[in-house]
Amino acid sequence: MTEHGAAPSAEELAVDRPYRLHAHKPEVSASRARKFGSWYYAEHVLRSMNSYRWTLLASSVGTPVMYLFAMGVGLATLVDRNSAGAFGGVSYLAFIAPALLASATIMIAANEFTYPVMDGFKWRRVYYGPHASPLGTDQIVNGHVIAVTARLTATTIIYFAIVAAFGASPSPAGVAAIPVAVLSGLAFGLPLMAYSASVEEDKGQFALVMRFIVTPLFLFSGTFFPLDTLPVFLRWIGWISPLWHGTELGRALTYGYDLPAWLVVVHVVYLAVLAVVGLRLARSVYARRLGK
Amino acid sequence: MPPLPAGPPVISAQQLSKHYGDFKAVDGISFEVPAGESFGLLGPNGAGKSTTMRMIGGVSQRTSGGLTIMGLDPEDHGPEVRAHLGVVPQQDNLDEELRVRDNLLVYGRYFGLPMSYLKPKADELLEFAQLTDKASAKVDSLSGGMKRRLTIARSLINEPKILLLDEPTTGLDPQARHILWDRLFRLKESGVTLILTTHYMDEAEQLCDRLVVVDKGRIMAEGSPAQLIREHSTREVLELRFGSERNTTVAADLQGIGERLEPLPDRVLIYAHDGEAALEQVTSRGLKPLTSLVRRSSLEDVFLRLTGRSLVD
Repeated sequence: MTEHGAAPSAEELAVDRPYRLHAHKPEVSASRARKFGSWYYAEHVLRSMNSYRWTLLASSVGTPVMYLFAMGVGLATLVDRNSAGAFGGVSYLAFIAPALLASATIMIAANEFTYPVMDGFKWRRVYYGPHASPLGTDQIVNGHVIAVTARLTATTIIYFAIVAAFGASPSPAGVAAIPVAVLSGLAFGLPLMAYSASVEEDKGQFALVMRFIVTPLFLFSGTFFPLDTLPVFLRWIGWISPLWHGTELGRALTYGYDLPAWLVVVHVVYLAVLAVVGLRLARSVYARRLGK
Repeated sequence: MPPLPAGPPVISAQQLSKHYGDFKAVDGISFEVPAGESFGLLGPNGAGKSTTMRMIGGVSQRTSGGLTIMGLDPEDHGPEVRAHLGVVPQQDNLDEELRVRDNLLVYGRYFGLPMSYLKPKADELLEFAQLTDKASAKVDSLSGGMKRRLTIARSLINEPKILLLDEPTTGLDPQARHILWDRLFRLKESGVTLILTTHYMDEAEQLCDRLVVVDKGRIMAEGSPAQLIREHSTREVLELRFGSERNTTVAADLQGIGERLEPLPDRVLIYAHDGEAALEQVTSRGLKPLTSLVRRSSLEDVFLRLTGRSLVD
C-alpha cells in the first residue's frame, strides 16, 4: 500500500479546515487506475480475505499437518516396510509430499475461483462496485488473480516449511517446488474462473466440479502412487491433470526424481498454457458479463 | 420556475440507443445536462432508465447514438469518464466482509487516492451519512437505509462533480427516504450535478430541477416538474371512489365535469381547475361517492396522461 505524504496529526484533524481535504483531479485518478488498477483491486480482495485470516491460517497449517501425519507417517510406515524401492528409492513421505503441496493449491484455487466469483457477479455483486470506478474489467480479473496468487503463495510456503520439517524435501532445489505448486493451482484455477464467471445461476455446478473434477484429479494424478501403476485406460486423467504435471515437477525438485529435460519443458509449458488461456478466457467472460 | 443553471453541458446524449437483440431498452433518447443541475429520469420499471444510467456511467456500451460526459466519450475514455463520476447503483454492492469504514477506504483506492487523504475523508463522509457510530460495524448489520447512505458516502469518496443515482430510495421506509433526500439536497446545494432515476413522483418533485419522462426507452416529455404538470395536467384533481364494482360504470354519469375524466379500476380521477367546484357538480347530479379527495396535480398524473398507465404497478 502506498502512502503519499505524511498522515495529518491528531491536532490537524481536530481543526476543521475546509481546504484540508481535496482529492486529486479525475485525470490523475484515471491515469493511476490505468497503471495500478489491478493492484488496487488485489488490495481490496486481500483486505476481504484478511477479515477471516484466522480461518485461513488454521487451515493452511492444519491441512498439511493432518495429511502428513495420516499419509506420511501412518500409511508410510506400512508402505515403506513392505515396498521399499517402489517409489524410486525414497520414503513414501518424500514421494507424496510434492503431490500434497500441489493438491493443496488446487483445492484452494477450486474454492477461490468458484463461489467468490459467483458472489462478485450475483450474490453480493461485489464486482459492480469497482466496475463503476476507473478500473477496467481486465483489472478486476487481474486483481482477483493477484490476491489468490498471494494466498496460494503464502499457504504453499507454510506447507513447504512443514513438509521440510518432516524431512520430506531432501534436495536443496526443493524450495522451487513452491512456485511450481502455485503455478499448478493457477493452471487449474484460471480456466475454472472463466467457467464460474459464465455461470448465471448456481444449480449445484460448483459441487459437481468438486465431486467429479477435483476429487478424481486428486485420486488419479499420480498423487499416492506412480501414474504408470494405473491401467492405461485411466492414465489419461493424469495426463490432462495439472496436478500430475505439477507433482512430477515437484518430485524432480524435492528429491531429484529423474525427469528428462524435454519432459520438464512439457510440464511447465502445459501448466503455463492452461493458466494463460484460462486468464484470457476469464477476461473476456468478465468483460461480456459486466458490460451488459 | 427558477432559471436553469448556465454553463456547458456536462452530459450530452444524442439519439442514444441500446438494443438487446430485438429488444430496444433505450430507443433514441437525447438530452443535455448543464453543470450543477439536478436532472431526473422518471419512468416505470423497465422504461430504460437504468440502462441509460449504465451507459452514462461508462459501464455499458451503446448500440448507436452519441454520448459525452465532460466532453469525453465513455467508449474511448472509460477510466477518465468514470473518474469524474460518483455512482449509486440500484442494488447496493457493498463488500459485506469489510467493515463500514473499510468499504470507503478500499473504494477510494480504486481512484489511486492515498491513505493520508482517504482516512480523514472517510470519517468526514461517515459524518455526512450519519454513520459515524457505525464506522467499525459489519456492513450486514446495517439497515437498508444505512446501507444506502453508506453507498452514497462511498460514491463521494473521490469528490465527484457528477453523481449518478439509480433509484436511490427504492425500498426504503418514509423516514429513511427523507433523511436521504436531505443529504442529496445538500449535495445539490454544494454544486454537485445530480442525475437520478426514480419511479417516485414525490422524489422527482423534491429533487429535480428538470426531468424527462421515459417510457419504453423513449422520452415522452421534458421540463421542470411544475412545467410538466402545467402542460400535461390541470391544477387540481378530484379523486372519487364508488367501490370497485361501480367505478367504471359511473364514469358515463360524470361526463362533462372538469376538463378530463380518467376511470381507473379503484377510483375515478376528474381533472379540473377547481376540484371543490367539480365535487359540487358531482353531488348535484345525485351521485354519492364513498370517498372523495381534492388534491394538486402531480407528476403521477402527467405520467398517466402521457402513457395511459400508472408509474408504480
